[in-house]
Amino acid sequence: MSDAMHDFTLTVNGQAYAIRVEARRTLADALREDCGLTGTHLGCEHGVCGACTVLMDGQPVRACLLFAVQAEGRAIRTVEGLAEGGALNPLQRAFAENHALQCGYCTPGFLMLGTAILETDPSISDEALVEALSSNLCRCTGYANIARAIRAAADAMSTEGAT
Amino acid sequence: MDGITPAAGRRILPAGPGKVVGRGVARIEDGPLLRGEGRFAADVNFSRQLHMRVVRAELAHARLLRVDASAARAMPGVVAVWTAEDVAEIPPIPFRATKVRGLEPYCQPVLARDRLRYVGEPVAVVFAEDAYRAEDAAEMVVVEAEELPVLLDATAPPAEFASGLDTEPTVVRKEYGEVGAAFRAAHAVIELELSVGRHSGVPLETRGAIARYDASSDVLELHGTAKKQHWNRDEIARLLGRPPNGVHLFEGHVGGGFGVRGELYPEDLLVCAAALRLRRSIKWIEDRREHFVATNHSREQHHRIRAAVDAEGRLLAIDDVFFHDQGAYVRTHGARVADLAAGMLPGPYRLPAYRVAGHFRLTNKTPAATYRAPGRFETTFVRERLMDAVANRLGLDPVEVRRRNLVAAAEMPFARPLDTLGTDIILDSGDYEGLLDKALARFGWDAMQEELAARRATGECVGAGLAFFVEKSGLGPSDGVRVSIDATGAVELVSGAASVGQGVETVLAQICAEALGVDYARIRVVRGRTDRIEFGNGAHASRVTVMSGSATWEAALAVREMALETAGTLLQLSPSELTIAEGVVCRADGPAGPSVTLAEVARRMGPNAPEMRGRTPGLTAERWFWSDHMVYPYGVHLAQLRIDRGTGAVTVERYLVANDIGRAINPVLVEGQIRGGFAQGLGGALFEEFRYDPQGQPLSTTFADYLIPTIAEMPVVDVLIAEDAPSPLNPLGVKGAGEGGTNAVGAAVAAAVDDALRRPGAVTSLPILPAQVRRMLDGAA
Repeated sequence: MSDAMHDFTLTVNGQAYAIRVEARRTLADALREDCGLTGTHLGCEHGVCGACTVLMDGQPVRACLLFAVQAEGRAIRTVEGLAEGGALNPLQRAFAENHALQCGYCTPGFLMLGTAILETDPSISDEALVEALSSNLCRCTGYANIARAIRAAADAMSTEGAT
Repeated sequence: MDGITPAAGRRILPAGPGKVVGRGVARIEDGPLLRGEGRFAADVNFSRQLHMRVVRAELAHARLLRVDASAARAMPGVVAVWTAEDVAEIPPIPFRATKVRGLEPYCQPVLARDRLRYVGEPVAVVFAEDAYRAEDAAEMVVVEAEELPVLLDATAPPAEFASGLDTEPTVVRKEYGEVGAAFRAAHAVIELELSVGRHSGVPLETRGAIARYDASSDVLELHGTAKKQHWNRDEIARLLGRPPNGVHLFEGHVGGGFGVRGELYPEDLLVCAAALRLRRSIKWIEDRREHFVATNHSREQHHRIRAAVDAEGRLLAIDDVFFHDQGAYVRTHGARVADLAAGMLPGPYRLPAYRVAGHFRLTNKTPAATYRAPGRFETTFVRERLMDAVANRLGLDPVEVRRRNLVAAAEMPFARPLDTLGTDIILDSGDYEGLLDKALARFGWDAMQEELAARRATGECVGAGLAFFVEKSGLGPSDGVRVSIDATGAVELVSGAASVGQGVETVLAQICAEALGVDYARIRVVRGRTDRIEFGNGAHASRVTVMSGSATWEAALAVREMALETAGTLLQLSPSELTIAEGVVCRADGPAGPSVTLAEVARRMGPNAPEMRGRTPGLTAERWFWSDHMVYPYGVHLAQLRIDRGTGAVTVERYLVANDIGRAINPVLVEGQIRGGFAQGLGGALFEEFRYDPQGQPLSTTFADYLIPTIAEMPVVDVLIAEDAPSPLNPLGVKGAGEGGTNAVGAAVAAAVDDALRRPGAVTSLPILPAQVRRMLDGAA
């Protein structure tokens, strides 16, 4: 039965969401429509643009290419989980301070990609940063300020960590 | 009034950085966008909404025989399926721009009637309880059609569009001077055949439209809108037979516009009609494949250009014939892009005689309209290719040939006997050669030539090129802004402009704060809403900072005067002795002495304050800025690149955009506009193209086929923002900054590729793809 519904719990930003969806429902649609977390955006629905990038168990994934049921039991993190008590986190601040966004549509995807980079390789080389960021598309900024913001956040976090 | 001389008594924004104007302050837009709290079209939901899915033509040209929706209608969750006969009373999509007589029969019906004219044309719509079910049902709609021959080449002879109509609705013609005599007297005649591919804006957010009808108040609302809310509101009302005050459009966040978003499309009318008829809210969100075939394309032109020059390389005349590939229908822009191409082609050069014929032709492709620097990306490529060819023919340096032809600063304002967009072309201000010198020095042009020569000697394939451009901005005729201060001292600015994500709120808030003496970051900027201001001309054509910025300046100054007058009464001082700082009215000569907050002033001007008896209450003013003429930003692009001989790949190594925009309200945002604009120009120069197979099937329907630049393709881009030539046409001296980054990229990259290949004139079309470069390399060997 293709329309069979699946009941399960999606864990997003540490919070449990009991949802009931068809097997074919994408993780992106489940986050947006079933959890009400519309910060994750859809830009192409075929895994190229990266606007829907979220973290699954710490790894950046395309929420448009995963079915929601595949995320059961995994820890999902989205843009809504970044701000700490309403205050922008260092990466978000760096995006604002470096004018790394214009329309803001690709921004959640770049923020999550940047989060993964900062968590796994905070001293990433410039070449590797360009390579990593080339997986997401932005149509407004020309990218330079996005790379600058991620670098600035890495620097800010290493300074904070050192003191 | 000649429209160029400033009106007497107008208060001009003083030169140099102000308290907030001229400074790269942080944007006020960013907070919600960074928190994931934005409200883009797909984020808008209403209770019990239905989802619309469009069934689109799969043939490029066919006679529509029958649409069988019976199976789709029977599916669970499907509420309705409409075909053309269900919307027969809705007129086709009208024009808002560059109306040319005879274009009307070429307008697009909201659903295809008896012909299918491009792959992607809406044929039917399904309304269902959820988006997945709507898509399932759309797949069950059977379209029966009989294939017809396709027309895919705008340079081919026109074919039949409909009985008695061919596929060339109009020819845009402009002419001045003695063209024939100039060619007869010429030292040399240079002829080129050049073409620009089919590109588009391709914003990261696809289109969306959500309609809601509130029967209790008889108001139809459309959400997810952009760019031109007031015109769209008026047209939706007219086409659906309602008064304009019974229709309101709302703009949330907009994920990029670039010309294509915010025009009136069939889907906008369909959701509105359905909300009225089905009495349910209707949500439609375009998917990416649909976007590539349904949203406006742009650019595709083919030029046959001839220039007559004297022995010193000075232009005597240009004669250009071009073919504009409009796609299957004429949409809201009418013949605008062809008109802009014809009007803007002469660019920065003195040109004694000019003749142009733009053949505006329909083909079986997605309809076309504007995309960032419309008509200019194309004609800058054509004109600057021509200047390079003139230099080559006469053995001149490409920089020198441009110097000899640039309009001089002393000639400004420079009137061309030409018009475009219904306005006379009067280049309002500029020091073109001065900017050229600055740009060459900043790029290290001469030293670079030596470096490139040394690299060539080691076998590298490297080159450099430049291109000059003139942009246009600040299209009038009018825009208004209302500035109000409430009883808590909070400032609200309501504008008829819109935002497509470029920073409108911040820039208008900066101008308002500068005039008023308040914190820009606490100003609430309202835009894109027809329920808050009666008129507006929206956000396009690099017009907002010029038009709405000037209106903001004047409205804020008016509120300032009102506040000083009331405060003067309260403080028993003359308004001339007072100023406003950080929201407090105080003595201008120092912080000591009596003061009163703007909140208190506003309370004293409230509707129940005794002083307001017989007067209109409120600390508020609305001002309208009018402009008869556009302003003309200008600049130069310099490119240095290398070519991989093995793959034919072109890598831009270094790039400079020098752009005089009169006055930068926020230099950081201006730089952002230019860098982002450059990226789109680079896409058009090297990567992006909508391609079709011989049957008219689109081949570029994913981001894997239509290649927009990633960070990996971006060179180091230097931006030189010049403010040497403020516009005399507005109190801020500003010219728009939205399109200069895009305008000349194709031209500059083409020149640099020629230079790398050591083959002048090798590049004749954009985008310059690796396979072509490989062929050119073979030819060079």
